[in-house]
Order: sequence, then C-alpha cells, then structure tokens
Amino acid sequence: MTDRTTGPDQFTGATPDNALRDADRAEAASGPMLAADGTPLKKSLNRALRRQKMRALMLIAPLLIFILVAFIAPIADMLFRSVENQIVSETLPRTVDSLEDWDHTTGDLPSEGTFRALYVDMFIAAEKKEHTRLGTRLNYEQTGVSSLFRRTGRDVDDFGELYEDQFNDLDAAWEDPMTWARILGDPDWIAEAEGAEAPGPDFVLRDGVETALPTTAEVYSAFAEFTQTEDEDNPLEETPWTLVYTALYWDLMRDGFAYSGPESALVTAAAEAAPGFETVSMQENFVESDKDWGSTAVWSTIQTYAPEYTPGYFLNSVDAQLTPDGIEARPENEQIYGILFKRTIFMSMTITISCILLGYPVAWILANLPMRTANLLMILVLLPFWTSLLVRTSAWKVMLQQQGVINDILVWIGLVDDANRLIMINNQFGTIVAMTHILLPFMILPLYSVMATIPPTYLRAAKSLGANDWTAFWRVYFPQSVPGIGAGSILVFILAIGYYITPEIVGGTTGTFISNRIAYHISSSLNWGLAAALGSILLAAVLILYWAYDRIVGIDNVKLG
Amino acid sequence: MALPTYASTPQVIWYYTFRGICALIFFFLIAPILVIIPLSFNAENFFTFTPEMLSLSPEGYSTKHYEDFFNTSDWQQAMWNSLKIAPMATLLAVSFGTLAAIGLSSEHVPFRRAIMAVLISPMIVPLIISAAGMYFFYSRIGLQGTYLGVVLAHAALGIPFVIITVTATLVGFDRSLTRAAANMGANPVTTFFRVQMPLILPGVISGALFAFITSFDEVVVVLFVGSAGQKTLPWQMFIGLREQISPTILAVATMLVGISICLLTVVELLRRRSERLRGMSPG
Repeated sequence: MTDRTTGPDQFTGATPDNALRDADRAEAASGPMLAADGTPLKKSLNRALRRQKMRALMLIAPLLIFILVAFIAPIADMLFRSVENQIVSETLPRTVDSLEDWDHTTGDLPSEGTFRALYVDMFIAAEKKEHTRLGTRLNYEQTGVSSLFRRTGRDVDDFGELYEDQFNDLDAAWEDPMTWARILGDPDWIAEAEGAEAPGPDFVLRDGVETALPTTAEVYSAFAEFTQTEDEDNPLEETPWTLVYTALYWDLMRDGFAYSGPESALVTAAAEAAPGFETVSMQENFVESDKDWGSTAVWSTIQTYAPEYTPGYFLNSVDAQLTPDGIEARPENEQIYGILFKRTIFMSMTITISCILLGYPVAWILANLPMRTANLLMILVLLPFWTSLLVRTSAWKVMLQQQGVINDILVWIGLVDDANRLIMINNQFGTIVAMTHILLPFMILPLYSVMATIPPTYLRAAKSLGANDWTAFWRVYFPQSVPGIGAGSILVFILAIGYYITPEIVGGTTGTFISNRIAYHISSSLNWGLAAALGSILLAAVLILYWAYDRIVGIDNVKLG
Repeated sequence: MALPTYASTPQVIWYYTFRGICALIFFFLIAPILVIIPLSFNAENFFTFTPEMLSLSPEGYSTKHYEDFFNTSDWQQAMWNSLKIAPMATLLAVSFGTLAAIGLSSEHVPFRRAIMAVLISPMIVPLIISAAGMYFFYSRIGLQGTYLGVVLAHAALGIPFVIITVTATLVGFDRSLTRAAANMGANPVTTFFRVQMPLILPGVISGALFAFITSFDEVVVVLFVGSAGQKTLPWQMFIGLREQISPTILAVATMLVGISICLLTVVELLRRRSERLRGMSPG
C-alpha cells in the first residue's frame, strides 16, 4: 500500500489510510510491525480500510437502490419503449411467419396460405379484443389501417360459418362440444374436467392428434385456453369457434390425410364429404370485408413492422418513415417534428440570451455593491426563485392578457388604443417573456458567484494604465466573467428545452415546445412509442449539455440558495 | 462602486443609466409576484385593477376569493392531498438522502463519481421525461394512480437536493469529533445521533425544505403518475389556468408566495448558522 493506491491524504489524523502509510514507513525502517493481536499491522489496517469502504457503501446502498427502482428503471423503460414493437409479432404470429418469404416488389398478393394464417390470427385477436390495439399501432405508419382492422375484426367471425353449417348438416354430433373434446383432448383431461367446476383443469392436447389434425389441434388449444382463462368456462360445455370448424375443413382437405382415434367414424365420414363442401378462399373473404386487403400496401406495412424492435418511432420523430423500400422522408405537409425541434431550440436560445442580457447587469451590481445592500437586493432575486412555478406562470397570465395589467397600463398611458390591445399571450412572445422571468435567477446566481471572485482592483489597475471604461470592462473584466456566463447559459438552456407547464399555459399553439408534444402523445393520442422516442431524443440532448456543464463547471459545484 | 469625484459628465450619465437599467430588471423580477397580491383581494371576478381598487376605496377590495378557496371542496381536497404527499415524500428523501450523503462523504467510496451522477440525475433529467418514464413504468407495476406511486416519484425528485445540501454541510464537518466520540465509548448509532446529527442538522433541514418545496410545487410528474384522487394544489391551479380561469387562483398564489417567503427566511437563517458553525470548527 502506497499513496498511489489509496489516494492522497485528504484527512489528517488517525484514519486507517494514514496509519497504513505510517506502517509503510515504519516497515521500510525496521521490518514488519505487529498489531496487538499479533497479526501484521498492515494486514489488520487493510482490513479496517475495507470495512470502512463497506460501511460507506452500505450507507449509500438503500438510496441507490431506491433511485434505481423509482427513477432509473422508468427512464430505461421509456428508452425500451421507443424501439419496442412486439405487438405485431405477438398479435399476428402466424401471418408474420408466413409473410417472411413474400416479396412486395412483385406486386402480387401474398399466397392463400398467408390469408389463412391471417384469418387464424385475426380471429383469435378479435376474440381477445387485441386487434384494435394493433390496428391503432399500424395506423401510425399507414393511415386507414385502424378502421380496416376494426371492420375485419367484426367480419372475421362470419368467415367460418359456412363450414360450421356444413359440418352440422352432415352430422348433428359436430354441434356437441364433447365430440370436439373427445377428438382433440387428452382422455385423462376429459375425465378430470367432466363435472369439474368451471373453468376446470388446464386443457391438455391428446397425444398424436397434432400429426393428423395439425391446424385444428392448434386452434382448438387456443380456443380452450381462451375459454378457460378469459371466459372462465369449461371447454367441455362450449361450442368451439367457427374458426375450429374451418381449421378442421382445411385439415381434412390436406393431401395424405389419415386419422385414427376417438370418433374415427365421424371424422372419416366428414373427410369423405369434405371435397363436396361449398368453399370460399380466404382471400375472397378478406377482400370482400375490405378491399384494402387486396392491395399490397397493407401487407407490406405488416411485413415492414413485423420485427420485434423497430427504428420506426425514432424515424417518425425526425419526420421520416420506414417503408418497405427503406427510409423515406415524410411528405412536406406531415413534417411537424423538425419544426418543433427547431422551435424548441430557437426559443430556448432566445430565452438563454435574454437571461444573459438581463442577468449580467444585475449580477454585476450585486457583486459590486456593499455587502448589506447586495444582500437586500439578493432577496429580490431569491424570492422569485423560491416562488412556485405555477404562481409565476399565473402572474404572467394575469399580466399579459388582453384585459390584463400591462395592456390596461398601456391603454391608460395612451400608447395603445383600447380597441387594438396587444396580443402578448398564447404565442411565442408570451412563452419567452414568462420563461425568461422564471429562469432568470438560474442565470444570476452562477454569474454572481463568479463575479464575486473577480477582484475590483483589476478594473482600477486597467484604468490607471490608461484604459477607458469600455476597454477596461471588455478586455479585463468581461473575460473573467465568461465562465459564469457559460455555467448560467448551459443551466438555463437545459432547464428551458425540457419545460412543459409554462409553454402549455401561455404558449398557445405557436409557443409550445417538444415537451408539450410528448405530453400530448402520452395522454391524448396514446402513441406511447412516439412519445418515448421524442423523449429519448430530448434526453440525449440534455445529457450531452449536462456532460458539457460537468466539464466546464463540475457537478460538485452545484450550489443551492 | 461609488462615483468618483473626478467622473466626467458621460460617466455620470452612464452611472445613473446603468442603475436605472438594473432597477428596471429588478422590477421585472419582482413585479409579477407583487401584482397578484392586491389583485387577489379584488372584489370583482376580474384579473385586473378595477377603478375602485385604484382609488383605494374599500368597496374595491374583499376577501371573497379566499373564502372561495376555503369553501370549495375541489380546492380543499387538493390542499389536503398536497399536505399528505409532500411530507411523506420529504421524509423518504431526507432519511435515505442523509444516510447516503454521509456514506458519500467518507474517505473511500468506490465509484464515487458514478454514484453521484446517478443520485443527482432526477434533477438533471427534464421533468416531462421523468414523468413519461414513470408513467410507463409505474403503470406496468401497478403504481400509476396510487398515493404510493406519487410519493415515490416525488421522493426521487427531491433526493438530489438533500444530497447536495447535506454533502455541502459535511464538507465542513470535523471528523475527529466522531473519532473522539468513538474513543470515549459511544457506539456508531449514539455517535450519529448525539454528535454528527446536531452539527449537520442545518444542512439536513434545508435539504428537507428543498425536498418539500419540490414536491409541494411539482405538477408535471403528478399529472401523469397520479390520478384524480391525488390531485394536488399545483395540479388544481394548472387545471384552473388552462380551463376555467377563476380569481381564486390568485388567492392561492398569494398564500403560496407567503409560504415561499417563510421558507426562504428559514433557509437563509440556516445557511448563516451553518457558516458560523463552520467558521468556529477547527477543521
């Protein structure tokens, strides 16, 4: 142990750290020193040091865990949401699989197999009422998808009725839920479920039925699971979905169909009758429900947004979109975020500059007045700093309104005609004035703390060497106050670009920031992914500025009050 | 700073112009806050000075907006919610924050900078982003719209202030005092409460005041994390300002200014006391 590994002597006195150094020196002089219990002194001191580190960490741990759970995890969750896109592959798993080989550039519609997969997915999603959520999600990328999904979700129930009726006409046994359970369910499960209170034990598929009736087994399992978990009914007592009938028809029509097992007479009879059934292709069904299914646009949107993670939200937030052919800029009339980001930056810079212009003289006079007067005037800076944000915002609303205090005074003086009162609120002007007032203390305080350290003798020295007032200020005083301007500006700018409340109240439509858009997407449009992406971009900007602030000022120098 | 006797006329003019400019800026800083105080006593439902008010006649003034505040259930509910949430959040922030600040200020803390950055982060991240993240995450774990959720969120927001003020106080803390106490047979808990705590108390209290005011004034996060049952005073004001604007807001604002003045005084007194103590201590 040397100074290098334990750091410089920060504390004088009997710390383990200092004792270690003493021990080092003693050892160099006269062999290892022993502690009272006979262990080498260095060893027991090292142990004490380790214990001290552990104690410090133990004290920090509760808070660290608290912040990680209550604050860092939410931020991470937001970052995750900005790229998360599992909804497509979770709601339409079979369709997504089946679309993998489809090439949208040929201009052909996907195969009948894909339409069948979509039918299965759509039917299950419609039962679970998940199709509207997916429709809303895809509607962000292509308008019209939402209503398309809603309409088809309603119609999809009827697609299979054709087959249900034909099976029932063939043999009334197909109407009996027990028939289906016997064909598809495990005998032990049926024995347990019979007479059991709803929803009964979890459904178990019969061994071997998957090879004979693969699609039917798959959709019946989905049906049984849905019946038990959502409806809390016993599948033995519920007639299967029309989807199950359709699936059975498909299975019976499969090449090389062979079945042996319970109810084999019934199944074989159906298999013999099936080729004679009236049938409609799923493509026709879907196109009849909505002709959009007959265009490749919807299909390529589903294909493009099939992956579990997507850059789509980020592209949206920079006015671009992910299309099947790659990344494209949005049409001019839909570009809003570029304008909004530019406006946010422009207004934050205007606010920062106004704060410098107003804050500099105030900080200067505070730093140069006698202590007592300066302390008194400081109250005028600190009081707004301590006053609730909403109080100050409401004050500005009162002041700037058309029937407000400033307009009244202007009319009274005669500067403004009563009929043409100035419009100072619900526009950029209102936001800039109110936010400059709100953020001004954050500029004055760092400026003041820097200026208070500049000796006034420098100015006098410059003047006695022949500089005039302006040269003395500009060449001598101002350069020394630049760190204060830097610190204050970054602080004000960081605070300004994330502001929400004040622009919301006094900003109207032209004076709003990107944060207002984020709030809109969270609470009104419910496009959380886009809100998260916009938030992530804003967060990245703030963190870069914060890093710069740390480099210039140092985070340890943040002072309050 | 006083004008020297040999100053030329342009210098004299500039001297007074500059002071005039500064006076105007101070006026800009304080005027909006001062304006709402008389307006809150307006007898009419206007947001501007009526002729009766300007002529200082008693008919122009009334306390009806204050009565309104105390008689409207919305405002009363909001006030109680604020008074329920802020102290709890402060308590959490102060107890965790003080412990951590003591840990952070000991000689050897591995990853000190990284830990500090994480603990300060709620102050740096824009509120709208914290609110968005908390809304998403808390709805996942079922805390969205609950009292506990709002308290946890506000405690997280208040913690950086506690950390900063308490670590600042601990810089001037003489460590030989705890060693002396330990030497005389006090266990760590006794040492903490009988020796360390009384000395760093000013820092802890001003940290607590910051945490309290953060929670008491906070509106963005509670808008998203809370539900109608947690509607706080700033939230109610926000609704009022956005929708049905009523002069009751000015009465509330005036009372809040009063609270700010009290808090400012307390923090200032504590800061002076702590500076005095630091001046006396041998470290």
